[in-house]
Amino acid sequence: MSARLPILLLGLLLTIDFSLATWLQPRSLGWRGRRAQADTMLKVLLGDGRRMFANHFFTKADAYFHSGYYPSLFDQARLQCENHLSGAAEEQASKGGPPDSKHDEHEAEHDFFGKPKDWLDRFSRAFRVTEHTHLSGGGREREILPWLKLAAALDPHQVDTYTVAAYWLRSKLGKVAEAEAFLREGLRANPDSEEILFELGRLLWENHRDAARARNLLEAALRCSERRAAGLAEPDKTFRGRILVQLARLEEQTGNLAAAIARLRQLQEVSPTPEVIQRQIAELQQRLEAPPPSGHPAAPPSMRQPGSDR
Amino acid sequence: MNKVLALAGVVFKELYRRKDFYVLFFLTAVLTLLLASVNLFNDQRVVRYLKEVCLLLIWVSALVIAVVTTARQLPAERESRTIFPLLAKPVTRGQVLAGKFLGCWGATGLALVVFYAFFAVVSGTREGHWALGATFQALWLQWAMLAVVIAMALLGSLLLSAPSANSTICFILVGGILLVGGHLNTVALQQPEPLSSLIYALYFAIPHLEIFDVRDLLIHDQPLVGWGNCLLATLYAAVYTATFLLMAWWVFRRKPLSA
Repeated sequence: MSARLPILLLGLLLTIDFSLATWLQPRSLGWRGRRAQADTMLKVLLGDGRRMFANHFFTKADAYFHSGYYPSLFDQARLQCENHLSGAAEEQASKGGPPDSKHDEHEAEHDFFGKPKDWLDRFSRAFRVTEHTHLSGGGREREILPWLKLAAALDPHQVDTYTVAAYWLRSKLGKVAEAEAFLREGLRANPDSEEILFELGRLLWENHRDAARARNLLEAALRCSERRAAGLAEPDKTFRGRILVQLARLEEQTGNLAAAIARLRQLQEVSPTPEVIQRQIAELQQRLEAPPPSGHPAAPPSMRQPGSDR
Repeated sequence: MNKVLALAGVVFKELYRRKDFYVLFFLTAVLTLLLASVNLFNDQRVVRYLKEVCLLLIWVSALVIAVVTTARQLPAERESRTIFPLLAKPVTRGQVLAGKFLGCWGATGLALVVFYAFFAVVSGTREGHWALGATFQALWLQWAMLAVVIAMALLGSLLLSAPSANSTICFILVGGILLVGGHLNTVALQQPEPLSSLIYALYFAIPHLEIFDVRDLLIHDQPLVGWGNCLLATLYAAVYTATFLLMAWWVFRRKPLSA
C-alpha cells in the first residue's frame, strides 16, 4: 500500500460524506417534523415534550411565591394549591385589596403538613420550610420571574404565564416596559388570547393613560371573548364581565359617559348582580344629563381611534 | 490510627490526581455563571434561581464524587493486586476499610468546601449579604449525609462484582431515598394491612438522607436550623455510617481476596 492511498481514501470518503449530506439535508427536514423549524435550543432538545416541563416551572414560581412552603406530590392539599399564584394575582387585580386581607383563611387552607405522623416526621420538619410566608415587599416578588420566563420559553401557548408575570412586573416591581414587552411576546405566540389583550389594555390605560390604544386592545379582547363564547355551550361570562368593567371604567374616566353607559348595559347581561350595575347606570345618566361645571370641559370624543393598535 | 490516616492520605491524593473533581467543579462554575449572565427583565437582583441551580449542581457533583471515588477503591486494589502487599503489612482489614472511608469522606469534604466557597461568593456578591451560618450548616449536613452514602458504597463494593454496578445501585438508592423516602409514611397510612406496616417498617429502616437537604432553607433565606437539631442529625448520620461500616467490615473479613 502506497503512502498516498490512505489520503486518497480519506478524500473519497469526505467527498461521499459531503455529497450525501447535500442530498439528505432537505429530506431530513421532513423527517424531523416541527423540530426542524425549531428556533431555540429548548425546542431542539425537547421538541413538543418541553410543554410537560412548562407547568412544572409555573408551579415552581408559585412555590417561590410561598418562600418554598409548598406541598409535594404526596401531600393531599396539592390540588387546593394549584394555580394559587394566578388566583392571588386575579383576586388582587379584581378587588384592589392586598392578599393579606384573607390571610387567616389562606393560612388554614395551606396547612398541608398537618400534625407530625411520627417522631421522624417531627424531627425532619426542623430541616424544612414550615412557615407559610409570601414574597412581598422590597421587590422580593422578582424571584418568581425566572421560572415564569422559563415556563413561557417551554410553552409559549400557556397564556397564564404571560399575564401573571406581567401583573407582578408592573404592579409590584414597577417594570411597566418589561411587562408590556413580555405581554407582546405572548400576544405574538397567542394572537387570539383575550387574557393577554385584556392585560395589555389595562397596562396601557393604568400605567400609560393611553386611552385610545387601551380601548382598542380591550375591544379586541372583547371580540376574541365573543368569538370563543360562540363555540361554547356554557361560555365564561366572568372574564367577559371583567373586560366590560374595564371598558366602562375607561370610558367614564375619559369623560365618554354615554359610551360608559352602553358598556354597563352590556355588562348587565352577564353580571350576576344586574341591580348594582343598574344603580351605576343611573348615576352615570344623572351625570350625563347634568350641565358640565364651568372650566371643566368633558373629554373630547376624538380620543377614540379605532384600529390604531390592532 | 496512624495507619488509617496514612491509608486515607493515599485516597486523598488520588482525588486530586484524578480529573473528576476539576471537571465537575468547572461545569458547576460555568453553568452557574452562564445563568447569572442571563438578562431577566433587566433585573440584576434576581438571585434565588441561581442559588437553586448552583446548589443542585453541587449536590449532584458531590454525590458523583463520593460514590464514584468510593466504589472503585477496593475493586481497584484487588484488580491491581496491591491489596496483597497492603495486607501483608501490619494492617488489619478493618483499618483498610476505615482508611478508605476516611479518605473518601475527607476528600469529598474538601471538594464540598471548594463548591460551597464558590456558592457563597456567587450568592453573596449578588445578594449583598453573606449567609455564612446557613451556608456552613448546609455544607455540614451534606457532608454528614455523604458519610452515610460513602459507607453504603463501601459496603456495595464488597457485595457487588463491578464498580459500575455498585455506583448505579448507589445512585438509584440515594435518589430514591431523597425523592420518596420522606413520604413513605404518608403512603403507608393510605395502604391496607399488612402492606401499611411493611412500608412503615421500611420507612423507619432506611437512612433518611432527605433530612440533610436544607437547600430550600438556604435558597429562601429561612432562619437557621437549630444547632441542637444539627447535632442530632449528625448523630443520626453517624449511627447509619457506623452500621454500614460494620456490615462492610463483617463482609470484608470473611471475603476471600484471591481471584
